[in-house]
Amino acid sequence: MEKLLLLGDEAIAQGAIDGGMSGIYGYPGTPSTEIAEYIQHSKEAIDKDLHREWSSNEKTAMESALGMSYAGKRAMVTMKHVGLNVAADAFVNSAVTGANGGLIVVAADDPSMHSSQNEQDSRFYAKFSFIPVLEPTNQQEAYDMAYYGFELSEKFKIPVLLRLTTRLAHSRAGVVRKPSKAENGVSLPENPRQFVLLPAIARKNYEVLLGIQPGLEKEAEESEFNTYIDGTDKKTGIIACGIAQNYLLESINGKEFNHPILKISQYPIPRKQVNKLLEECDEVIVMEDGYPVVEEMLKGYQEAGTKIRGRLDGTLPRTGELSPAVVAKGLGYDVNEGPAVPELVQSRPPAMCTGCGHIDVYTALNKSLAKYGEGRVFSDIGCYTLGALPPYNAINTCVDMGASITMAKGAADAGLVPAVAVIGDSTFTHSGLTGLIDAVSENSPITVIISDNFTTGMTGGQDSKALGRIEDIVKGIGVEEAHIRVLKPSKANMDEVISVLEEELAYNGVSVIIPRRQCIQTMKNKTLAAKIAELGLK
Amino acid sequence: MKTDIVLSGVGGQGILSIAATIGMAALENNLFLKQSEIHGMSQRGGDVQSSMRISDKEIASDLIPLGGADLILSVEPMESLRHLPFLKEGGWLVTNSTPFVNIPNYPELDDVHAEIKKFPNHILIDADAIAAEIGSRKSSNIVMLGAASPFIDMPFETLEAGIRKIFGRKGEAIVEKNIEALRAGRDFTQKNK
Repeated sequence: MEKLLLLGDEAIAQGAIDGGMSGIYGYPGTPSTEIAEYIQHSKEAIDKDLHREWSSNEKTAMESALGMSYAGKRAMVTMKHVGLNVAADAFVNSAVTGANGGLIVVAADDPSMHSSQNEQDSRFYAKFSFIPVLEPTNQQEAYDMAYYGFELSEKFKIPVLLRLTTRLAHSRAGVVRKPSKAENGVSLPENPRQFVLLPAIARKNYEVLLGIQPGLEKEAEESEFNTYIDGTDKKTGIIACGIAQNYLLESINGKEFNHPILKISQYPIPRKQVNKLLEECDEVIVMEDGYPVVEEMLKGYQEAGTKIRGRLDGTLPRTGELSPAVVAKGLGYDVNEGPAVPELVQSRPPAMCTGCGHIDVYTALNKSLAKYGEGRVFSDIGCYTLGALPPYNAINTCVDMGASITMAKGAADAGLVPAVAVIGDSTFTHSGLTGLIDAVSENSPITVIISDNFTTGMTGGQDSKALGRIEDIVKGIGVEEAHIRVLKPSKANMDEVISVLEEELAYNGVSVIIPRRQCIQTMKNKTLAAKIAELGLK
Repeated sequence: MKTDIVLSGVGGQGILSIAATIGMAALENNLFLKQSEIHGMSQRGGDVQSSMRISDKEIASDLIPLGGADLILSVEPMESLRHLPFLKEGGWLVTNSTPFVNIPNYPELDDVHAEIKKFPNHILIDADAIAAEIGSRKSSNIVMLGAASPFIDMPFETLEAGIRKIFGRKGEAIVEKNIEALRAGRDFTQKNK
């Protein structure tokens, strides 16, 4: 079969196309974005007209995919780990409804927080929801698991979580394709009440969910993704989850190493192999790229009295991603580091681009707020979060998607007036609308700046659902027209921006200011340029 | 054969094009390849790094172990020093001499160059000037790839073929300029190593 050079993300996308998927849903978020983007640009996906538009947020994406599964077709949802928090209500309940057409939820976790606000481990959500997990070790497994994940989902009528971490998502290697499968046709669930989670039905469904767990465990025990390499030295056994296996193999390459190794890439934990390892070994080291999920669970398997080592006892660091060095040190090997970094090397943090409209917004905001004092700017998730860094030092919070408007409202409720929210256009349609409804319904004295650059900038310029709609949305929510102010943030226009800001900061109610200027990174995007022209935006 | 390369620079300087070209060449040579790269937040003017591993045997880790890199290929001088703990004893430090200054506390350039010159195995090359000379300022990243090419265990022609594939979409003129840039970089290293 054909061999392709693919990122881990792209391998998942290709595996889904070849596995007979009919639609992908998602919201951009590093390190997951390239999965949906690959499908958006894939000729096969375009020819088959697979669903491949971005959704407003991860919850709407998850629910749409569940709807496609209800209708009998195979669907995939993609998001970064914190996106699963947004989708959690739908995700947890989808275990109780179960699936009809195959349903795969991909969560790309970001240990070490390369581009994130925490390093939560999505496997916890799966355990919490009784959903099986596939955790690829390499690009080929990422492809194979997307392909097989639909089969697993349809066999047990349950959604499947495909969990990977940054390094695999954004690393390229060769991948061999499998024969392409046809899509499913439309077919309703056999039980017409399967998806009606009234308490009486949900109780039955929950029994079904618990009832399939032994079958899922057996599937994991027999899975080709879970491998057991026996060894003669049983003093120490190793459990390596997903990508940890790579660092383990790298570390023991060329060394005398005869310990048994269990690689876990499919969950629930394969009890048979784990029991064998625990019974035969005096101690077991657990290696996981993320939280000590398996390690904590094994502490509850203590019948054999085996010592469990890993992130919790300091064998491996408690936080941060794994690496060959971290794993080698955990195994007790010396690591021969190269020369030290000279002291003159300075850190080079990310920054907003030269010429970015957000910069002019912050310049004006800092001037307008000077007379009120510090500590009253609530911001959100996007490029404009970089306004926290010098020389701007312009924002005081960044918590989760949409938290700018709601936190400004809470602070205003507490008496911090004026309170300012700074949110981007795409984040506003992701999770800002409902908060704005709260503020309008109480006429809270907040100034909301929706810094509109026509795109989802931080993740590389994906479509924004807010394009051409922001004024209508805020008007519809009930913001008074006199306090919806659209302007162009630029050096030439700085006086106007400052005076509008000053007027609205002084207003004792909800104002929405929309500084509007195209993201300079998207200037070469012809499709976007055509849309902007068609909508008459400037 | 096995070559482990740390690519470094600042977001937007084109290290991913270098990685893609080497990747194409590796495929051409039927080699195994793993290439890990940075996306997202740090791309906005922050320091970026990519690990490139090519081998005739299967590769386990996507990341290069500390002290394991045969080569640090940097399109920016200060960034070449940031990843020194990855450099193997006797490995090569190949870097552009032109700085990318987007922070207020960028060190004195002479001091940065002095640190680089401490390594016997270094190539310090003004890739920006060479790219300007051949009339293609944007190709300074490919000049750097050329400068590193003598330390990458693959036939030079396969890197040229890689460039044809990666830049082919942009037209023959751009392909030719990049091949010129690649050769100019290689020639510099052959004279100065």
